Amino acid sequence: MDSDLRREIILDNYQEPTNRGLVDDNTYLKTNTNSESCIDNLDFMMKIDNGVINDIRFDGEACAISTSAASIMIKTLIGKDIESAKNILNNYKNMLDDEDYDSDLLGELNVYDEISKQPNRKNCALLPYKAVVKMLGELEGYGK
Amino acid sequence: MNREDFPMLSQDIVYFDNGATTLKPRCVIDSVVKYMSEHTSNIHRGDYNAAVITNKLYDDTRNVVAKFINCNPKEVIFTSGTTMSINQVVFGFMKKHLKKGDEVLLTRSEHASNVVPWIKLSEDIGIVIKYMDLNESYELTLDSVKKSITDRTKVISIAHVTNVIGDVRDIKSIGKICRDNNIYFCVDGAQSVPHMKVDFKDSNIDFLSFSGHKMCGPTGVGVLIGKINLLEKMDPLCYGGGMNNFFEADNSYELKDVPIKFEAGTPPIAEVIGLREAILYLESIGMEKIHEHEMKLKKYLISKLEKIDNIIIYNKNSNSGILAFNIDGVFAQDSSIYLNHYNIYVRAGNHCAKMLKDEIGIKNTVRCSMYFYNNYDDIDKLVDVLSNSKDIFKVVI
Repeated sequence: MDSDLRREIILDNYQEPTNRGLVDDNTYLKTNTNSESCIDNLDFMMKIDNGVINDIRFDGEACAISTSAASIMIKTLIGKDIESAKNILNNYKNMLDDEDYDSDLLGELNVYDEISKQPNRKNCALLPYKAVVKMLGELEGYGK
Repeated sequence: MNREDFPMLSQDIVYFDNGATTLKPRCVIDSVVKYMSEHTSNIHRGDYNAAVITNKLYDDTRNVVAKFINCNPKEVIFTSGTTMSINQVVFGFMKKHLKKGDEVLLTRSEHASNVVPWIKLSEDIGIVIKYMDLNESYELTLDSVKKSITDRTKVISIAHVTNVIGDVRDIKSIGKICRDNNIYFCVDGAQSVPHMKVDFKDSNIDFLSFSGHKMCGPTGVGVLIGKINLLEKMDPLCYGGGMNNFFEADNSYELKDVPIKFEAGTPPIAEVIGLREAILYLESIGMEKIHEHEMKLKKYLISKLEKIDNIIIYNKNSNSGILAFNIDGVFAQDSSIYLNHYNIYVRAGNHCAKMLKDEIGIKNTVRCSMYFYNNYDDIDKLVDVLSNSKDIFKVVI
C-alpha cells in the first residue's frame, strides 16, 4: 500500500475514530485493555444479536496505532456474523504475525500490513484484536 | 562527563531513560565478567582460592555501601532491588509492629512499590493509609507533613526523589519530625541515591531502600538499610541456607544475626560485586558533582523547551534531573516512538505512579531522566527533534 494513503487512513481514524464513546446499556459485552499494556487504556463494548455483531464502541486513551486500529476494526466487524468476524480476526492476527493471510478479507485493516516489521508497535495494533477476542471468548469460549 | 567509560554510548544514541535504569560503565562490566570467568564460587563456605576472593569482595561491599550512605555495615542488607527492600520492611517489620487503625502517610506521587505493599498490609491487618497533600508544583511541603500527622500516625513512607515529578523531599527535616513524633521513617531512595549525597544517619531514616541498576550497577541487586535495633526486631521473608545457625528434627532452629539472617540462599553474588564497583566508581566522580551536572543540564533543557510552543512541561521547578512533558495533543507513547526514530531513548507512560493522575490531571507523560554521562549535545538533539514535531505522524505512522 502507498505510504501516503496508509498514513492518511490511519490518521483519519486516529483523529476521528468510529464509535468513540460508550453507552449505558447492559446488553453489551464489555472489556478493558488495561491488563494488556501499562499505557494504553481502552474500554470496549460489543452488542451481538442473533449471532451478528450489531455494534462495537470504545473509549479511553491510547496511541495513534491502537486508536486507529480500534476504529478500523469496529468498522470492519459491525454487521458481520460471529463466524465471519472470527475469520477476519484470525487473518488480521496472521498478518501481524507475518504469516499467510487473506488480504481481501481485511479491507482497511490492510494499512497495518507492515507492522510486523516494527515489534514495538505490533502490540498497539493487537490491542483491539485482543479486546474483541476476549469479549467473544466470554460469549462462547473463543480464543481460550 | 565520563562518556568514554560507557560501551553503550559508542552507539549513536541519546539515552534519557536513567530513571528506569542506567547504563553500565566498563569497570562494572569487567568486575562481573571477572567473577564469572576468573573466580566463580559461592560465598561463605568455600576454602579454595577463588572463594576467598569472592568472599572478600562480597563482604567488602557492605563496607563500601556503609561508607557511601553513612551507616553501619551491619545495617546493610542485600535484596533484589528497591521493591524487595520495601516489601521486606512492610511484611517483615511493619506487619508485626503495627496494628489496626494505625496510620501510614504516603503521597500520590509514590511509585507502585511504595504503595501496593501498604495497600496489601491494610487488607491484612487494617492499617489506614493516608495521602499527604502536594502543593501546586506537586511537591510535598513540611507544612503538609506536619498537618497530616495525627496521634495515630505510626509511619511516613516516601520517596526521597519522586520518579515522575522529580521533587527532592527535605528528608532531613521530615526525619526530625518523625523522631520528635515517634514515627517510623521509611525512605525510597531509588531515584536519589544514584544522583546525590544521601546520609542515612544524618536524616534520621529508619529504613532506606535503593536499587543497584539505577546507579550504574547490575540488575537484580538492591539494598535495604535499617537501624540496627529495628533490624533485630524484623523477621526475614525468606528462610533457608546461609541464614541459620542450626535446625533440628524437633523443630528447633536459630537464625544468624543481622544482616545475614535476611539473605537466605545464594545471593546475587555477581551483582553485589558489580554494585561494589559501581559505588566506588560514583564516589570517584563525586555525588555533588553528579547532582550539579544534572541540574545544569536540566536548566538548559527547560530554557530550550520553553521556546517550543507545543511542549507542556509538568515539573519545571523540581531539583533533580527528571523532566516530565508532553507534546500538546500527542499521546505520550507516540512521542516516545517518534523520539526513538532519532535514536533518542525516553520513557512514556504513568511510570508506575498511577495515582499521580489525580494530582496533575493527566495519566501519561514523556519522561526525560538525565545522568552524569548526558551532555549538552544530547539535549540539543532532543530539542531539535521536538522543535520539528509538527510532522510527528509522518514519522510514527
